[in-house]
Amino acid sequence: MERLRFATVGSVDDGKSTLIGRLLYDSKSIFEDQLEHIEGVSKRRGTDYVDLSLLTDGLRAEREQGITIDVAYRYFATPKRSFIIADCPGHIQYTRNMITGASNVDLAIVLVDARSGIVEQTRRHSLLASLLGVPHLVICVNKMDLVDWSPEVFNRIREEFEVFASRLSLRDVTFLPISALLGDNVVSRSPNLTWFEGPTLLHHLENVYTASDDNRVDARFPVQYVIRPQRAEHHDYRGYSGRVAGGVFRVGDDVMVLPSGLTTTITSIDSPDGTLEQAGPGEAATLLLADDLSIARGDMICRPNNRPRQSQSLEAMLCWMDDAAALQPDRIYAIKHTTKSARAKVTKVLYRLNISTLHRETDVASLALNEVGRVELHTTAPIFFDDYHANRTTGSFILVDEHSGQTCAAGMLLSPRT
Amino acid sequence: MCHLPAKLGEGPVGAPAPRSARARTPIGAPARAHRRSVFSVKSALRGLVDESVTIIREVAAEFERPVMLFSGGKDSVVMLHLAVRAFAPARLPFPVMHIDTGHNFAEVIEFRDRTVAALDVRLIVGSVQASIDAGRVQDATGPRASRNPLQTVTLLDSINEHKFDAVFGGARRDEERARAKERVYSFRDSFGQWDPKTQRPELWGIYNGRHKPGQHFRIFPLSNWTELDIWRFVQEHDIELPSIYYAHRRRVFRRDGMWMAESPFLQPEPDETVSEQLVRFRTVGDATCTAAIESSATTIDQVIAETAAARITERGATRADDRISEAGMEDRKKQGYF
Repeated sequence: MERLRFATVGSVDDGKSTLIGRLLYDSKSIFEDQLEHIEGVSKRRGTDYVDLSLLTDGLRAEREQGITIDVAYRYFATPKRSFIIADCPGHIQYTRNMITGASNVDLAIVLVDARSGIVEQTRRHSLLASLLGVPHLVICVNKMDLVDWSPEVFNRIREEFEVFASRLSLRDVTFLPISALLGDNVVSRSPNLTWFEGPTLLHHLENVYTASDDNRVDARFPVQYVIRPQRAEHHDYRGYSGRVAGGVFRVGDDVMVLPSGLTTTITSIDSPDGTLEQAGPGEAATLLLADDLSIARGDMICRPNNRPRQSQSLEAMLCWMDDAAALQPDRIYAIKHTTKSARAKVTKVLYRLNISTLHRETDVASLALNEVGRVELHTTAPIFFDDYHANRTTGSFILVDEHSGQTCAAGMLLSPRT
Repeated sequence: MCHLPAKLGEGPVGAPAPRSARARTPIGAPARAHRRSVFSVKSALRGLVDESVTIIREVAAEFERPVMLFSGGKDSVVMLHLAVRAFAPARLPFPVMHIDTGHNFAEVIEFRDRTVAALDVRLIVGSVQASIDAGRVQDATGPRASRNPLQTVTLLDSINEHKFDAVFGGARRDEERARAKERVYSFRDSFGQWDPKTQRPELWGIYNGRHKPGQHFRIFPLSNWTELDIWRFVQEHDIELPSIYYAHRRRVFRRDGMWMAESPFLQPEPDETVSEQLVRFRTVGDATCTAAIESSATTIDQVIAETAAARITERGATRADDRISEAGMEDRKKQGYF
């Protein structure tokens, strides 16, 4: 069975928690003790109906204050697919939360209140989805019951969004009218939306085509761990473990190891499930090579005729996430990129992106919490990378404050501007 | 007496080997089965295994003194098997640790010792009894006493004693509301505390394990697994579990709507009557706070069918410790619990 990871973004007011509760409830993924629990709480609070949004409230602080602090993960399955939901709160710290929750999802659902249409928050969330390279976006126009199920309202919102989205790089956008509260067009088709010819939300989640989302062309294998058994029966075994970051590696392939540039041949591929003929994107594998080269964690194995870029001078879109301190240019941070660790400093902020207007603000020297901008960096060691939009694994990195240990920024590497 | 799934070598001579009679996962070397990889549909379990193995290797590469918690419960058994596969054919590059309340099901301790011997891994036992004897904690008393909360002290003392900087746990996010918010790398200060409000953002597959001496990380490689995924892995790889996970007859009594097992550590109160029932355990923890469910599932296939049809969460059904309050797990986690 396939697994789909998706993020839901939006604020409490958009009905996000209700939508997730509805998906879990209507797909029969709610257990009786969970339902009893939220029925009891609903009754105590004096609400008339069972408040499905309570299903996604995690911590006591959140329950007491009626807010969502952080990304929460939910799981449900239908006979067709298993789903992991990263539930990202939309009101406070939305940039940090959304980037955390959506960095590795296949799809993102952005909720729009049918009464208010496309608002600033919708634009921000869609821009972040575009920056993060989320392959599939779903705009759920919610609360259709409050606009008399009007096709005109739905179409107007859709047209408005399309005008805005033409300035983003979104690959696949789907628009769905729903009512999360009443359940219309979430899991079952709605008698109120007979004019709508598209799928229900669940049908879309079950069927969206994701097989072509991975980069299967550019073979990339960041070496994570060297396996040397040092026991008699495996005396000569030396395997290079990692997770395939792109392309396909096959037994017999000629490969090149970076930074040394030496070439050799794959003699065997081991995996947690036994030996493989080939290993593709996302698969954990151990490569055995014909020649005894000096290879360590942080090295990159690729094909001789298809190498990643290699540089100590980088350009990236950087999202600042540290609430303790803003970006300090020329200060040294730790950088983690695939399995490689080094040190880095931001030498220049090229511009800050106004994530509501898409305007590039060039008169800035720093980035504060939740701000996004294009920067130049220098690193203490060469980084082997691809453009983020060609490869989300070899194109991404984090910066870490060496003193506090906090993850202070997320970066997406780009080809230098020409 | 326990009904176990058929064991190696049982069954009439010449008859085809039953499913469970295939060789158990060989030690230190994954089965040499060829599997396709690229152009067919990938099983969801495969993606989970890849993710977990990658996390385990990352910790081994970046931390100085990792340790893996191993209780003999199904999640920790699956985690240990994944760890062994992550480094095969080399030995596991870190030890495993059991925080032992002394109030165990005998079958589980026997299984624990047999498993670590078979997998050739080093076992460290942190003893709650020793913590009590040393005056670090006071033993719980009374008819409803449980040593479950005392484990936190022993766990943190053991982490300090051995200077562990990364502690693998088998917790899953689908288990409980507080766990749903936890990172794969969960930072703990020098008091072992979890602070949900200052968790580090976790992006892509990049993990930040930076810490100072005295601080440590809890690592949860099974974060994205569900209860059913665990059972499917056990089935797919024919992994042995403690026998009490399968239906057997046991002397139990009813308490708070759950079947509690009579044992030297847990006696019924005067108004509770003991009877023998056909039961199995969905979770295995301290004998004083882990309840059984009525079940006739004696094989892995029957357990999976039962789990898929279950209408109550495993913790809701069987964990007295989570029933203390709405925020039982959240409060214990903040103090450094598993």
